[in-house]
Amino acid sequence: MNLARIRERIAFTILGLSTLFVILPIFAIVFYIVKNAIGAISWNFILDIPRHGMREGGIYPAIVGTICLVLGTILFSLPLGIMSAIYLVEYANDNFFTKLVKVSIVNLSGIPSIVYGLFGMALFVIFLKLGTSILSGCLTLSIMSLPLIITATKEALEAVPFSFREISLSLGATKWQTIRYCVLPYALPGILTGTVLSLSRAAGETAPILFTVAAFYLPRLPRSIFDQVMALPYHLYVISTQIPNMPLRLSFATAFVLIVLVFLMNLVNVILRIQFRKKKQW
Amino acid sequence: MSEVIIKTVNLNVHFGKQHILKNINLEIYKNEILGIIGPANSGKTTFLRALNRLNYLFKDYYQEGEIFFAQKNIKDINDNLLRKKIGIIFALPQVLPITIYENVAYGPKIHGIKDKDTLDSIVEKALRKAYLWEEVKDRLHTLATKLSGGQQQRLCIARTLAVEPEVILYDEPCSGLDPISTQKIEEAMRELKNNYTQILVTNNTKQAARATERCAFMLMGELVEIDRTAIIFTSPKDKRTDEYVRGVFG
Repeated sequence: MNLARIRERIAFTILGLSTLFVILPIFAIVFYIVKNAIGAISWNFILDIPRHGMREGGIYPAIVGTICLVLGTILFSLPLGIMSAIYLVEYANDNFFTKLVKVSIVNLSGIPSIVYGLFGMALFVIFLKLGTSILSGCLTLSIMSLPLIITATKEALEAVPFSFREISLSLGATKWQTIRYCVLPYALPGILTGTVLSLSRAAGETAPILFTVAAFYLPRLPRSIFDQVMALPYHLYVISTQIPNMPLRLSFATAFVLIVLVFLMNLVNVILRIQFRKKKQW
Repeated sequence: MSEVIIKTVNLNVHFGKQHILKNINLEIYKNEILGIIGPANSGKTTFLRALNRLNYLFKDYYQEGEIFFAQKNIKDINDNLLRKKIGIIFALPQVLPITIYENVAYGPKIHGIKDKDTLDSIVEKALRKAYLWEEVKDRLHTLATKLSGGQQQRLCIARTLAVEPEVILYDEPCSGLDPISTQKIEEAMRELKNNYTQILVTNNTKQAARATERCAFMLMGELVEIDRTAIIFTSPKDKRTDEYVRGVFG
């Protein structure tokens, strides 16, 4: 073997090992959780309310709570995020102010989630008097999700070739028609991916919901958007740290359900992307 | 000759600090095929794109002077209406990654035509005029990106025709195409002559000699000479035109 070939081998080996080191912990975590949770998972666990100081029963209210929070977050953050990204990419003048806004949005995604939590409590719960409620929680999670959604949408829009816009405009389409029919359809897969990523994060966060919506123990379903709810990540935190003599398998089972929920969201995303890719190619 | 459809008056164009077009005064007649020849960077494409205000898509574009379309200053015409009337075929075949049918129907749909039968007939008529119908009639609903380069370019012509323009601008439409495809596009242009004004920017002097009736020679952003094509290619007035068409430079 000559030197160039040996170098190539070494490079491939290093790259391969790096990939292995990245995925190994993920598999280890998933395996560990599944192994410990499998005994506790049952329909009863998923569909029953927590009983006996949460040491028995199920996590149904927490599952419903988390789903409510995710849906509510979609409702607020998706339209707002996509629309502001469209404005920033397609309409805003490329001046100092726009650049400042773009940099701020990127930086916002680096803010610790507990800061969002405290901000949400100050603004929604106390100042706007929305109380500790689903509404406050969704709004807080939305604010946290927005930077990621905007950034993903912005990148997806910018990835659509300039020539598509040129074609559409040259046929006499208005700018809005061009965006609606010639840009958005091609940016949609990218937008979806970013959205699902940010929503997965929203579903799994504890800090933003800690002071804005999450209930320690509330074994019933919410009746309105001003109700408190239990949520999976907070419930997991509670049963892992706050309850003495908690059977460990219930914590693992709760973690398992949370992971499955996030996995399902990503699966929907993957399926939608494949559908889009079948239809549009360039 | 017949009536003037486009007229530019002291047209000056800048991109940033670059002065691209210098004092262009030009009259284009209804239903003629006007060729614009000249070496690279002489401002041919910029001139073409100035006519339907596509240059304004670029940030540092700046324009002085007036352009009239059908006696009206194009500043006073809505961009989308102007571009519907003055269509353009780009240098590289630019099809959208949707079906052949959808590519052609895109324009009419944008302009409010929803009826399926009307759309069908518009699509067929446009594809026939662009000499593409026979080749694609059995696969209208397959992806346009699967067509060959020459077919894609004729699809672009059909797409432009579908919005019923009065003027068609061609920006070096055959630069990436083989001789047979080029021939088909020139055939289509000849066929369209009766109903459309066509402006052909080309690097290929032979194509200009074959396909146009009048021809303008541009050099470094100036309009050097414009005359009947036969005269431009046999006895031009300006020495530079003579050198260019004989192939001394460019």
